[in-house]
Amino acid sequence: MTTEAKDIRWGMVIDLDRCTGCGACVTACQAENNIALTDQQGFAQGRNLQWLRIERYWEGEFPHVRARFLPMLCQHCDDAPCEPVCPVYASYHTAEGLNGQVYNRCVGTRYCANNCPYAVRVFNFTDPSWPEPLEQQLSPDITVRSRGVMEKCSFCIQRIRRGKEEAKLENRGLRDGEVQPACAQTCPPGAISFGNLDDPNSRVARMARSPRRFRLFEDLGTEPSVIYLKGGGHEHPG
Amino acid sequence: MNTRDKTYSAARMNEAMLSSMQPPTLRWYLLALVLGAVVAVGLYAFTVQLTTGMVVTGINRPVMWGLYIISFVFWVGLSHSGTMVSAILRLSQASWRRPILRGAEAMTVFSIAVAGLFPLIHLGRNWIFYYLIPYPSQYGLWPNFRSPLLFDMVAINTYIIGSGIFLYIGMLPDLALVRDRSTGWRRKIYGLLAIGWRGTAEQWRVFSRGSTLLACLIIPVAVSVHSIVAWDFAVTLVPGWHSTIFAPYFVIGAITSGVAAVITLMIVIRKAFKLEEFLLPLHFDNMSKLLLAVCLLWSYFYFAEVFTTWYGHKPIEWEWFSYMHDHYGLALFIMILGNTIVPIVGLCFRRVRRSTAALLGITLLVNVAMFIERFLIVVPSLSHKNIPFIWGSYTPSWVEMSIALAAFALFFLLYTLFTKFFPILAITDVREQEEALIGQQQLGRARVETLVNEE
Repeated sequence: MTTEAKDIRWGMVIDLDRCTGCGACVTACQAENNIALTDQQGFAQGRNLQWLRIERYWEGEFPHVRARFLPMLCQHCDDAPCEPVCPVYASYHTAEGLNGQVYNRCVGTRYCANNCPYAVRVFNFTDPSWPEPLEQQLSPDITVRSRGVMEKCSFCIQRIRRGKEEAKLENRGLRDGEVQPACAQTCPPGAISFGNLDDPNSRVARMARSPRRFRLFEDLGTEPSVIYLKGGGHEHPG
Repeated sequence: MNTRDKTYSAARMNEAMLSSMQPPTLRWYLLALVLGAVVAVGLYAFTVQLTTGMVVTGINRPVMWGLYIISFVFWVGLSHSGTMVSAILRLSQASWRRPILRGAEAMTVFSIAVAGLFPLIHLGRNWIFYYLIPYPSQYGLWPNFRSPLLFDMVAINTYIIGSGIFLYIGMLPDLALVRDRSTGWRRKIYGLLAIGWRGTAEQWRVFSRGSTLLACLIIPVAVSVHSIVAWDFAVTLVPGWHSTIFAPYFVIGAITSGVAAVITLMIVIRKAFKLEEFLLPLHFDNMSKLLLAVCLLWSYFYFAEVFTTWYGHKPIEWEWFSYMHDHYGLALFIMILGNTIVPIVGLCFRRVRRSTAALLGITLLVNVAMFIERFLIVVPSLSHKNIPFIWGSYTPSWVEMSIALAAFALFFLLYTLFTKFFPILAITDVREQEEALIGQQQLGRARVETLVNEE
């Protein structure tokens, strides 16, 4: 099962029945993408830089409560509201359906963040910092963003690039599942799948045909590339 | 005005109207010093932000826009005064506008200049603001013309240039007058500024045509500027912002605060430069009627917007609406009081419309209410957007407040300087009207026999 680069449309399927809300994906994302750490105060002020977060919602009244988890990341919308409003093309659409962000083009109007209904865009309020020795583990593949720019989930574009380069060296197309973002790779129960939605035989395309599928704020017409599979079917109450 | 003695000489009138340009007194220097100090504090605050990052502001996720954008909308609104008073009243041949127009036009230029600073201050990386300018670069990169922020950039610059030209052209005969009355290097500078104005019949003909044309051109610019500012909000998907009524509503709001601010300034200028004989109760009466009309319009628009939101009760719209109601109840009340109840009730009475003390109170209240209105547009909608997990709130920091305050000081400083160097009353316009009764005109150095009429 191989695909050519010209008909790639990257997408993600998140099975909410499998998500336990453990937060491993959040940590993996933070480590993979050189995301600066935010202290407790920064979190309280809404200035954390997580590209991926687990949203926890409570259902029911005590003692019959249950937690619902919703991993939330950039939805890489096909018709992304953040893109047209950027005055400098820092937010743009790639041919493979990714919603790109050019850090050194961004002037920091924060308009994209206002217009994002999913609130997944984060802003560098200060220069990035890491407590020792974490500054030693920065990935050389990724820019360290300066203060004043927007950033967000890139579907681990550096892994996509590497995967494509390796495939090209071996003179073949990308295999399904060959490229995995850090969150999908880490997820212990395997709730996150990543792949090419344009390939009807790929894992994500097959999962996306599930009757449990839904996308967030479908009514806004943003056409997200992240597809959720409805959960809650097998949970035990309480 | 016709009560005044007909023999009242032209020279004496010029003298009186140019009184603001007398050498500065100690009090003037003190005022300039205080204003300058406030501007300096603002500059310091901006330096702190520039060197530390936006962390020193109250901005957060989800409220990514704060006091800077609120101030921006407010100052753009104030800048609609000059166009309204000068251009629209000129085209409608309201001759009572004459003593007011210069003050209003100057206000337009300075407030739009102050407004233009805020989008730059608000940037995360202020030092590369020029990325927004379409300049030929080696990368072949252009700004995104689909972005309302780029519409903004174009609109604001057009308005700064347009209203600057409007102010300057209207001032030409007066500059010539100042030139003829000054000596030494001042005479040279005013001579340059007056670009050879002699007051010949031909010059007057061209001048009068040009002014009318400029008045026609500046009105669509003014309307488009505030419409575009409104679209910064209205084109988004943010509940509470995405509304078709925003553009006309913002334009009316701008005219409301503009007209109110012109009245405030008229009162201040009249008192400070003792111009009681030129700024008559009639002028205040007419301006107040205008304010009454726009306040009624504003209230109608606001009601239309809120009523449909309330009636529709769409959960996502209702969320920000009830958040605003619960958290900013007092602000909401002051806004309704200052924009609707007090001006609409008060300005119905002739005695109020002709009392400068009452008008000062009302017009200041209107602008406080308009500032609050902008706050209530920007903040509650952003605080409670679509995702409940990322709901937040916003409190401006000392940095933002210092800069917002410094903007006021900068505006007044520019204005005070302007009154010192340029005639704050449109002398020739006022005299044109005065001498229409006498039937002769002494303009600049030349004597024009035919009456130069309105347009």
